[in-house]
Amino acid sequence: MSRKRSPLFLERRSYRLRRVMDAAKLMPFLGAALWGVPVLWPGPGENVVSTSRAIFYLFLVWAVLIAVTMVLTFWLDDSAENGGNDGLE
Amino acid sequence: MGALNVLVAVCLTYVALLFVIAFMAERAALRGNATWLRSPLVYTLSLSIYCTAWTFYGAVGNAARSGLEFLTIYIGPTLVMLGWWWGLRKLVRVGRTQRITSVADLISSRYGKSPLLAVFVTLIAVIGTTPYIALQLQSVTLSFASFARLDPQAVQLADSDATALWVAAGLAVFTVLFGTRNLDANERHHGVVMAIALEAVVKLFALVAVGVFVVWELGGGVSETLARIDASEIGTWQVDNGRWTALILLSAAAFLTLPRMFQVLVVENENERHLRTASWAFPTYLMIMSLFVVPIAVLGLDLMPEGSNPDQFVLTLPLSQGREGLAMLSFLGGFSSATSMVIVAAIALSTMVSNHIVMPIWLRFTRGSAVMSGDVRNVVLLARRLSIGGVLALGYLYYRFSGGGAALASIGLISFSGVAQFLPALMGAIFWRGSNHNGALAGLLVGFLIWAYSLLLPSFGPGVFLSADLLSQGPWGIGWLKPQALFGIEGIDPVVHTVLWSLSLNTGAFILFSILSFPQPMERLQGAQFVNVFRHTGKPQGWSGGAAQAEDLMVMAQRILGPDEAQALFQRAAAAQGLVGYLPEPTPDFLQSLERELAGSVGAATAHAMVSQIMGRATVSVEDLLAVADETAQMMEYSSQLEVKSAELTRTARQLRAANEKLTQISLQKDAFLSQISHELRTPMTSIRSFSEILRDADELDQDLLEKYADIIHQEAIRLTRLLDDLLDLSVLENGQVNLNIREGSLQDLIDHALASTGAEDSGLRIRRSGVAAEITLETDLDRLSQVFINLIANAQKYCDAERPELTIRAAERDNYLIVDFVDNGSGIPTDAQDMVFEKFARVSDRQAGGAGLGLAICREIMARLGGAIAYLPGQGGAAFRVSLPVKLKMAAQ
Repeated sequence: MSRKRSPLFLERRSYRLRRVMDAAKLMPFLGAALWGVPVLWPGPGENVVSTSRAIFYLFLVWAVLIAVTMVLTFWLDDSAENGGNDGLE
Repeated sequence: MGALNVLVAVCLTYVALLFVIAFMAERAALRGNATWLRSPLVYTLSLSIYCTAWTFYGAVGNAARSGLEFLTIYIGPTLVMLGWWWGLRKLVRVGRTQRITSVADLISSRYGKSPLLAVFVTLIAVIGTTPYIALQLQSVTLSFASFARLDPQAVQLADSDATALWVAAGLAVFTVLFGTRNLDANERHHGVVMAIALEAVVKLFALVAVGVFVVWELGGGVSETLARIDASEIGTWQVDNGRWTALILLSAAAFLTLPRMFQVLVVENENERHLRTASWAFPTYLMIMSLFVVPIAVLGLDLMPEGSNPDQFVLTLPLSQGREGLAMLSFLGGFSSATSMVIVAAIALSTMVSNHIVMPIWLRFTRGSAVMSGDVRNVVLLARRLSIGGVLALGYLYYRFSGGGAALASIGLISFSGVAQFLPALMGAIFWRGSNHNGALAGLLVGFLIWAYSLLLPSFGPGVFLSADLLSQGPWGIGWLKPQALFGIEGIDPVVHTVLWSLSLNTGAFILFSILSFPQPMERLQGAQFVNVFRHTGKPQGWSGGAAQAEDLMVMAQRILGPDEAQALFQRAAAAQGLVGYLPEPTPDFLQSLERELAGSVGAATAHAMVSQIMGRATVSVEDLLAVADETAQMMEYSSQLEVKSAELTRTARQLRAANEKLTQISLQKDAFLSQISHELRTPMTSIRSFSEILRDADELDQDLLEKYADIIHQEAIRLTRLLDDLLDLSVLENGQVNLNIREGSLQDLIDHALASTGAEDSGLRIRRSGVAAEITLETDLDRLSQVFINLIANAQKYCDAERPELTIRAAERDNYLIVDFVDNGSGIPTDAQDMVFEKFARVSDRQAGGAGLGLAICREIMARLGGAIAYLPGQGGAAFRVSLPVKLKMAAQ
């Protein structure tokens, strides 16, 4: 298989694709950060967070992450598989 | 009405349904028309075996005990799935290109195809998974017991040991039936995957149904239920920060390293694109699974009597409200979760055990005999079946002896943290080229020891494996070695404690030993392959071939892949090298692909060992390493161009060499032909002339002599005619002026006729037939075909040099082609003569057996006219010829 040298600058479409790939890679970190928030909540004592609010927050994060990933996967179609090999940043 | 009887009936019906679904899926896959089997949806649903009975029942129990902490078990995998683009995608690509069969295979294959690592990983996996299987058996028996409590007549039936035994045996049968159909562990188990996809739907539906019932019927709506939640004892956020973080990390790690998850994620993956759908669909599944857990737990705490087991709320809550139908559905949900997990775990573990433990031992016992005849496939299949039985038996024994007392969640976490020890080696395998065998081994060893010492052994309670003294004072009174407070840090939760120490020291040892030691060449090659899987599609030069006997390799491949597949593989490889026939040159490329093909059946380490038995040790040269190691893009481009050109040149050169060889031989043959023909013609001529002279010149000859001489003249004239007939026949065939007389007839009649006209059965040649008896009718020129058969049988009669000559005639129909093999038990045709047997006047042996050497040449021409072919089939233990022709001759083919 012949492998071309990656150019320094990309045309618009490929550029957009690269950034979508960046976003896809960042998703788990975003998720970890958002789901890490409960660590900051106060423990038993004053100003406790009620379970219903906790449920609301945690599931909202879940739904948002799923929705964003779903949108990203529609961008990352076959063209990304072929055109955007990992090694060629 | 006995609720338990109904339950057993429903249960059996459900199991029967699973059997039918699995069977139909296998059938559809066989016919190859089941695109729906390969949809991303089925893949996503099959991932749901992550949600076992532990999550189905145990999540509610966990929520009732410690609030929202149960979410960590779902959040970890969600994060892994969200990060599919750089983690899972790479893992799946590596798994597919390297034909990986299990997590042990991946780790061993990456670190120099090391058998030691494979065995070690397999053992950890078995130790880590056994309690988990016991857990599933326990949850099924517990739910049976919950029903039995309502049904006073059925107390005997609810004997939990017996239930567990029945469940374990049933699962073993199902797994053996559908999990060991194909030898190639890389081939998808369509039946199993379809069944677990169905079970995934059932458990989701069951949990949602119970949830809806709880929220809207018992709780009185969403806002009322939320108010009830806040008012309950788990109404505030009270999750320990350490556990929250550690359990998310742990479940993420386990999601990748659990043998059963690796099986569905990587091995059963049909198409990389399915990951794209699963990346958001599977988190959605998990989210829905966990949506109603807290309401069910809170309502259970409210409504159920004090002291009831919260692990059973999903079942007992509907039962206590008199909703038996709903409870039944919920039971099926739990049953599905338990069975699907056990089935896939048993398949995954049995593949590991048979490939990495049983097969290497078997190979050692039959040392040096990889080329011996006999079918290895049966050994592998048997090993796999026995391993499935063994794994389930272990699970059952663990259940019996642990007494099934501990809360579900704690066993699950012990199991998780055991298999999580694979994580550093696994991640290093695909992301870090510098990681090596020693590092992986050291990391695994450290992680495993800490896990066993600080979590697994203490979990049996004081006095079983570790004494109470040791637990409270440390070994020999050394305080900082206390199992649950290593290095003097007290007061951490036991699971967090183990995760913290085992994973960090595991990673530390892995990195340290990798940096300090130097990898073997094979590891470096595999490392480059794994880490740069998206960049390198070229193969490393694992084998430097040339000396190997292609025929030996074929004999071995036939035993593992089966004759059909092996022959097809060799033929394809030969064709790709531009050669005709079944024996490709043993180039490194070919050996590499052959080894990979074998690895799909017996694992990388074993396949490597088998090929090296024939090839001698693999030698990896410095040039090979350089080719993989060079880093710059220019170099890569240049060398890849060179590679393409040189591959092309090699191919052309090989073709040219073959052509040249053939031309030389043909030219020699032409000379030989001329001298041969003059010789063949002159010998009878000479005797005719001299005897006729005698008849003419001698005056007094008595009657006897007269008759004798006339007879000789007659015989020689007949021989001459036959020779001329053959020559004429050949030239007519070669010029294509032949008229075919197409008729329909049965193959059996044809062979009977051929045997009769050669008188083979009276001449001491034993004939064995297989597949001939089946009614195969064909439409072709029967007389011509019969001529070919007669020739082949007559050859066997003449040339088979075995003490008790025997000829096997095998017939089979494949893709509208009829294939008839004639195999005798003589010494066969030497490799260097195989090319020439179909040429005119070619004689293999010096034995005078009459005939002018035109028979096979005529056969070849006839078969070409009939649209088929005749070829020499090497590696069958004697001379073997394969005749193949279309069942129906198209008229256009003339």
